[in-house]
Amino acid sequence: MTDTLTLEERRIALCLSVALAFLGLIMAAAAQRGVMALHGGMAIAVGLALAFIVGGSMYSNIEPGRDRLTHYYDAPIKFGIIMTLVWAVVGMGVGVWLAALMFWPEATPLWPATSYGRLRPVHTSGVIFGFGGNALIATSFYVLQRTTRARLAGAISPWFVLIGYNLFCLWAATGYLMGSTQSKEYAEPEWYADIWLVVVWLTYFTLYIRTLMRRVEPHIYVANWYYLAFILVVAILHIVNNIAIPVSWTHAESFPVWAGVQDAMIQWWYGHNAVAFFLTAGFLGMLYYFLPVRAQRPIWSYRLSILSFWGIVFFYMWAGSHHLHYTALPYWVQTLGMTFSVMLLVPSWASAGNAIATLNGAWHKVRDDATLRFMFVAAVFYGLSTFEGSFLAIRPVNSLSHYTDWTVGHVHSGTLGWVAMIVFGAIYTLVPKLSGREHMAWPQAVEWHFWLAIAGTLIYVVSLWNAGITQGLMWRAYDENGALSYSFIETVEAMLPYYAARTLGGALFLAGAILCALNCRVTMRTAAERVDATDRPLALQPAE
Amino acid sequence: MLKLHYNLEKISMGLVGAIIVVASIGGLVEIAPLFTIDETVEIPDDLRPHTPLELAGREIYIREGCYACHSQMVRSLADEIDRYGPYSLAGESAWDRPMLWGSKRTGPDLARVGGKYSDAWHVAHLVDPRQVIPVSIMPAYPWLMRPLGTELVERNLATLAGLGVPYDQDMIDNALVDARAQSQPDSDATSDLIARYGDDIAVRAFDGNPRQLTEMDAVVAYLQSIGTLTDAAKTILSQEDGS
Ligand code: HEC
Ligand code: HEM
Ligand code: HEM
Repeated sequence: MTDTLTLEERRIALCLSVALAFLGLIMAAAAQRGVMALHGGMAIAVGLALAFIVGGSMYSNIEPGRDRLTHYYDAPIKFGIIMTLVWAVVGMGVGVWLAALMFWPEATPLWPATSYGRLRPVHTSGVIFGFGGNALIATSFYVLQRTTRARLAGAISPWFVLIGYNLFCLWAATGYLMGSTQSKEYAEPEWYADIWLVVVWLTYFTLYIRTLMRRVEPHIYVANWYYLAFILVVAILHIVNNIAIPVSWTHAESFPVWAGVQDAMIQWWYGHNAVAFFLTAGFLGMLYYFLPVRAQRPIWSYRLSILSFWGIVFFYMWAGSHHLHYTALPYWVQTLGMTFSVMLLVPSWASAGNAIATLNGAWHKVRDDATLRFMFVAAVFYGLSTFEGSFLAIRPVNSLSHYTDWTVGHVHSGTLGWVAMIVFGAIYTLVPKLSGREHMAWPQAVEWHFWLAIAGTLIYVVSLWNAGITQGLMWRAYDENGALSYSFIETVEAMLPYYAARTLGGALFLAGAILCALNCRVTMRTAAERVDATDRPLALQPAE
Repeated sequence: MLKLHYNLEKISMGLVGAIIVVASIGGLVEIAPLFTIDETVEIPDDLRPHTPLELAGREIYIREGCYACHSQMVRSLADEIDRYGPYSLAGESAWDRPMLWGSKRTGPDLARVGGKYSDAWHVAHLVDPRQVIPVSIMPAYPWLMRPLGTELVERNLATLAGLGVPYDQDMIDNALVDARAQSQPDSDATSDLIARYGDDIAVRAFDGNPRQLTEMDAVVAYLQSIGTLTDAAKTILSQEDGS
């Protein structure tokens, strides 16, 4: 990682590494024990490790020549993809384990750290932030450079963003195991981790916008609008939802400033838009770049992409209250949320349709190329899960589905079928390019992975649809005497076969992800020197 | 329109500004009024804050991720009212930081669980749910029998007081004493505790052992308090039924 840095940059990197270790030392010394001290220790370890790597490279005088400016900056992207795969295996592995615990609770070890309630956020943060987030950051660096024909505007900052972000993910996951959480879904990490993420995110935004300003193309390509919306709105959501007062500066515990119904509304304004701008907007950026590139066809309609972009940015932000139907939230806010959720179907299907129509004339490629098929299926599942979402947001439907496994089925049709599939499509496109090869090392394994992923997703989603609808109907069933027909525990028992089926589906999906990780490892290890002939030429870069 | 956009695409900061403006509208319209309209969070007159021991239990509830399987929000639907009790009001969680409404019911809703079972039932259930409900899929929490860490009891109250929860200086200063007293019905300090928090609170050796203050004491005290901090929900429902 250091050989693309000049000596001057290595000196700066060394200072930053030492600064990180110092920050960790302050945290550890202030907290003295507990989770914050451990997290300080982790920062020290990462800082020192980096200091050793960078420090060691100070003695080698092999500096990159001026010709560094004639290449895109791809080394950080490779690191980002490796981290994507590592988190995929960890996060989905925990997911399968959680799924098993739901029909086999006796398997919970009798110590606290791996109890269901602590592991669940390890799964959600691991897959959303670890797997999804690294994939977004890594591909955004790639797409940004290719569509602007400019080199990333910084030699160290891409590393800072990626390493800092992964430190955040590591803090999050290990914190939950130790019982440190704010309990807000998808925003569980405590205040110091939140502040750290703000620093990382501002660096990311600055890097992105500076590179964008160096572009040679007059226009900003669609994919970048989406990545930009992802970066900006996630920052707003993260900051507002996480405002909290720590009980003291030396403790991890804190209390949010928002309370009760306001807290609920802000949490789900955040939660739903984490779906919108983390799990949708960023991945649409990925779709808008990699699908046309792989299919070698231009995006079907430019007008439609404008419509769907602004539709998504505007409508999504109103929809969060559909998570709170029939609750103590004022009725008019629920109604607004429902209305906008239904309208949201228009821009969502516009995007999905635009992607699928782009494949017109390239259907033979979809048939022959598993990588493109991943992206095609992703677009289809995007359409399906947004349709389902708009449906679930209708108040009477939600009265049945809310609190049940139907929600979880919807979640995974979105995350497995859409998010994970598009990531795998992008990875299989990128990894050979970054490794100077034409294909993945095991092309056949991509085909295998595709079928594992499809089978896993379908089994998962169909079994949970059944589970959720059964559960919802059982909860509200009355017998002829006007009494509830089922006790709660009977409805739990009815779920067990579905939970078992879901575990199988998840295991297939995980097997596919592991295969992908191994395939990428072999491909990266046998990297060749092939120049990617289809890569867009880098424009002449200004001197640094 | 298209022309306008064609030009917007050429200005990075223009695009940034447009995204921020367009994205902010929805949130502002929906969230801002919740802070101004009084009706949304009408705080019931009889609402009391959690005692220090209950609050410690709530922190353990959060720590263990009980909210991942349990909601605390009865919706205004007939079957939920029949199954759990009066539907939840905004005022009931007015001081809850964070709220624990939940989003998934792998287990039943807990908004009305206070007083539903005996302390001994909860202890047995938490130590091993399958001893009580053979087909339960709830995890066992045997480690809750360890002593309660009390380092943050006072600070927790003080921080919440700073955010507007009505804990006075007296309550903050005596937080630790009160936490102990609530699980020691025979101690002298219980009268002060009741004077501070009202005589509706439960003062019992929740885990069965008054000599040791355990995490179990805190969790069970919290569970028994859920839904009992105010009678407003019950009153409103009976009024509606009467009319
Ligand atoms: C994996 C999901 C899960 C987690 C995590 C979980 N529970 Fe449960 N809980 C259940 C299920 C399922 C039931 C219903 C069966 C039973 O009573 O054991 C239940 C029942 C209960 C009940 C009885 C409610 C009633 O009205 O009958 C209480 C009280 C309870 N849980 C408290 C807790 C507490 C406290 C925690 C955290 C320390 C917790 N639960 C964590 C799944 C869970
Ligand atoms: C038009 C688009 C969509 C709409 C209107 C929508 C609507 C909904 C609704 C109504 C719920 C249930 C809320 C509840 O009852 O608690 C929900 C939950 C959820 N959806 Fe969607 N959805 C959409 C798209 C997506 C996509 C594409 C994904 C994933 C990539 C996704 C991920 C989630 C998640 C993670 C939850 C669960 C939140 C939780 O309870 O923790 N949604 N959505
Ligand atoms: C190997 C595949 C996977 C398995 C077996 C799996 C399993 C699970 C399980 C058991 C739960 C808890 C459900 C419950 O509370 O009842 C869950 C929740 C969740 N998972 Fe997964 N998961 C997998 C992959 C993914 C991926 C790839 C993502 C995202 C990119 C994801 C996102 C989520 C989210 C957001 C939730 C919370 C849902 C909610 O609160 O309603 N999962 N998953």
